[in-house]
Amino acid sequence: MIEGAKWRRWVYFYIPLGGFLIWLLFPFYWMLITTVRPDGELYRPWNAPNYTPFWTSNPTFEHISYLFTETLFATWLWNTMVIALAATAISLVCGVFAGYALSRLKFPFAGSLGTMIFVTYLVPQTLLFIPLADIIRNFRIGDSPWALILTYPTFLIPFCTWLMMGYFKAIPKELEECARIDGASRWQAMVYIILPVAVPGILSAGIFAFTLSWNEFIYALVFLSSPQEKTVPVGVVSELIRGDVFFWGPLMAGALLGSIPVAIAYSFFVEHYVSGLTGSVKG
Amino acid sequence: MATMQAGSGAPRPRTRLLEDERWLAFFLLMPTLILLGLFIAYPFAKGILLSVTNTRVGVPGDYVGLAIFEKIWNDGIFREAAWNTILYTAVTTVFKLALGLWLALLLNRHFRGKAFIRAFILLPFIIPTVLSTFAWKWMFDPTFSVLNWMLREIGVIDQRINWLGDPDLAMGCIIAVNVWRGVPFFAITLLAGLQTISPELHEAAAIDGANARQRFIHVTWPLLLPVTMVVVLFSVIQTFADFQLVYVLTEGGPANATHLFATYAYQIGVRTGLLSEGAAISLAMFPVLFLVVIFQLLYIRRVETR
Amino acid sequence: MARVLLRNLNKHYETFHAVKDVDLEIQDREFVVLVGPSGCGKTTTLRMIAGLEAITSGEILIGDTVVNEMPPMDRDIAMVFQNYALYPHMSVRDNMAFGLKMRKFERAEIDRRVKIASDILGIEALLHRKPRQLSGGQRQRVALGRAIVRNPQVFLFDEPLSNLDAKLRVQMRVELKKLHERLGTTAVYVTHDQVEAMTLGDRVVVMKDGWVQQVGDPLELYNNPANKFVAGFIGSPGMNFAAVTIERDGDALWAANPGMRVRVPDAIVTRLGPHSGRAATLGIRPEDLHIAGPADDAGHCFDAHVEVVERLGSEILLDVSVGPSSMVASVPPTVRTKMHETIRLALDPERLHFFDAETEAAI
Repeated sequence: MIEGAKWRRWVYFYIPLGGFLIWLLFPFYWMLITTVRPDGELYRPWNAPNYTPFWTSNPTFEHISYLFTETLFATWLWNTMVIALAATAISLVCGVFAGYALSRLKFPFAGSLGTMIFVTYLVPQTLLFIPLADIIRNFRIGDSPWALILTYPTFLIPFCTWLMMGYFKAIPKELEECARIDGASRWQAMVYIILPVAVPGILSAGIFAFTLSWNEFIYALVFLSSPQEKTVPVGVVSELIRGDVFFWGPLMAGALLGSIPVAIAYSFFVEHYVSGLTGSVKG
Repeated sequence: MATMQAGSGAPRPRTRLLEDERWLAFFLLMPTLILLGLFIAYPFAKGILLSVTNTRVGVPGDYVGLAIFEKIWNDGIFREAAWNTILYTAVTTVFKLALGLWLALLLNRHFRGKAFIRAFILLPFIIPTVLSTFAWKWMFDPTFSVLNWMLREIGVIDQRINWLGDPDLAMGCIIAVNVWRGVPFFAITLLAGLQTISPELHEAAAIDGANARQRFIHVTWPLLLPVTMVVVLFSVIQTFADFQLVYVLTEGGPANATHLFATYAYQIGVRTGLLSEGAAISLAMFPVLFLVVIFQLLYIRRVETR
Repeated sequence: MARVLLRNLNKHYETFHAVKDVDLEIQDREFVVLVGPSGCGKTTTLRMIAGLEAITSGEILIGDTVVNEMPPMDRDIAMVFQNYALYPHMSVRDNMAFGLKMRKFERAEIDRRVKIASDILGIEALLHRKPRQLSGGQRQRVALGRAIVRNPQVFLFDEPLSNLDAKLRVQMRVELKKLHERLGTTAVYVTHDQVEAMTLGDRVVVMKDGWVQQVGDPLELYNNPANKFVAGFIGSPGMNFAAVTIERDGDALWAANPGMRVRVPDAIVTRLGPHSGRAATLGIRPEDLHIAGPADDAGHCFDAHVEVVERLGSEILLDVSVGPSSMVASVPPTVRTKMHETIRLALDPERLHFFDAETEAAI
């Protein structure tokens, strides 16, 4: 604990930490309260005398049911889930393989390949989305889940590779040497010995990749056009706004429900996520 | 010991190719190289190609040299977007670092419920940015803003503030939301860095007579610097190329006052269909990103060889 | 079980020549120890036998097969590593069974072998545990068990006892010796600890800087070291060395420096003759020095100044200075000597060693 008088503890610790928590979490509270607030309460001007921001006396599920009955929200959830899982799976396989090769095998140009993959790790999606949209069209996979399943790995693989390299380096190489002497081929030593030992790393990479896929916006925005193909972020942005009119109730309900899958995945693997996050920036 | 002489299995016939390190490496790297080649290297080349022609959607272009770049260079909105991007990156990075470090130092103490609080603090970072940004947009709503209500309740204002309607205020709002989203990332990664600093160092410095501030300056900060550098560089790249926040909050408005490179490229390349101009605007980010990446590579190498 | 033959073996890393022209024949059922300081090439040699390092030039034969290009999995060897390399995600039983499963043994045969090996090593009760639930000594046994079940042609040991504490190390050393006697499998054992080398090896190979310095049974190395390095490396505490000049006095030869003048025994006068008038290194083991008595020839005695007295119980080690050189003498615990005294020491002339001052080879 912190030494010193009680007031010091409040001034230097509890109050700042409390402030941070309120600041960081208030928008989520705001999503929640808006979701269950009836329209009549929602659209009271800021200076109306009966403006009651922090609670509601008659909570309602009308926005949520609107979302599921009047929009394709359920489809978007499903699309996002499929795309995120598929992209994560592809990225994990590629990243684990590449990370293993780069951290464990000696071959020509290993160093420069490693640097190249690291550099692509830093390429932002917004640098390439316009020519990429053209390419997607030429490959005839535009407006289909494949457009995203195949392009998301481009920013997930470098990250997975980078993270897995760190994990593999921490596994004593005697393990696979022993396996190879015990009669395993290089491939078998990797599959039976190294991969099981690296499961925590694979989980970290996986959960991180999943949240990144769920989060992705610009590729989904540019590559998909039919409402029934969209992912949650794009669907919420483009389908819940009619011209200049924002349907705030359904919008916040969509934001809240669209966040829940990723929040659940995160809550199960907080430690793995954190180690993935900190591993992702380890030089 | 006549019990174990049952001999070992005979050598099994199998393909030897994967026993060769080089073939195995080739095989393992193949899928990655194909995907990165198809969807990173190829679009990059294609982007350059686009930017030296005058292609529009549905209209194949002709080679025009650097005319497109010249055109966007003379475009006032492009210049403003460039300036906005630099301002946005610089200001948000300073705030994210300062607040993130503060939060990391708070979290580095021992208190009950720490793991729990740490898990909650990351929420702004993991929840899809577009969705959380909508919550902010709703809070900035000119008519129904809860922020205005709060400010009035504590007696700061009596006229409403049109948060996203005023060019300067809008930029401020965008910066604030970016800081809000980025602070958890800074805090958690810096916290990981702090936790690798051995407490003995602090104890030794305390015995040597250093107070808390001196201990931070002479022990914590120098040891934290490598992690800090990497985190800052990552964040700079992400912020410099940001898109979602501005797209949701202002779409570059009011009156193009809050465009960044990426949103302006989208506006021109996708909305207007001027593919060449859009690609060129995107590529304009490249020199800065390239320098940051080079710097980062050199820095990592230097830290590693130390 | 099989012999192992190394022919003119070399290993180059990019700029570093790690193993130089190693020739060695390891007999069937023999226990050979490679010993030397770190970086001497012993581990690299072992790893080339295992197939974990490519061979730059030369040949390795296991049995009658040249294995240069053969991957480790086909060499039919087993190896015990310094850090044991137990598969952390597998139980002890699965660790031991892994090599047999890879070789597609029958389930029943695997169970039988695991049972026999765990009986031998006394680890039956641990079979269901994971490696992290084991103590250092138990891990060591499991690593051994994993090698035993394979019943390979050759056992390779890479400093297997280094991670154990001193007491356990002595105990495991004895067990290893018994185990080898019982199984009779050819074994190649790498260590930097000369005591391990002496106690375990049927033959010991001393290496330094990639070269083999000497190959021989332990007593041969101890009694007739081929050069100054081997003489100093084998034995604890190490052999004393003194720089001397060989002087001729009529028929006799003397080895002299400012602190001592020792008459060269007749048996080696002829060998040493050509070196008269030249510099040489005299070597004498601490246990071949004693407090001079009336029976000692004056030509084998010299004065020594006692710097430190180390009482070990079973013996006393005297750190003394003799003119310009320092020496250690091992004397019986009954000797009463104090620090800073000057005493008279005598040496056993039959056990004197001489080394060429330049080449360091034994004369």
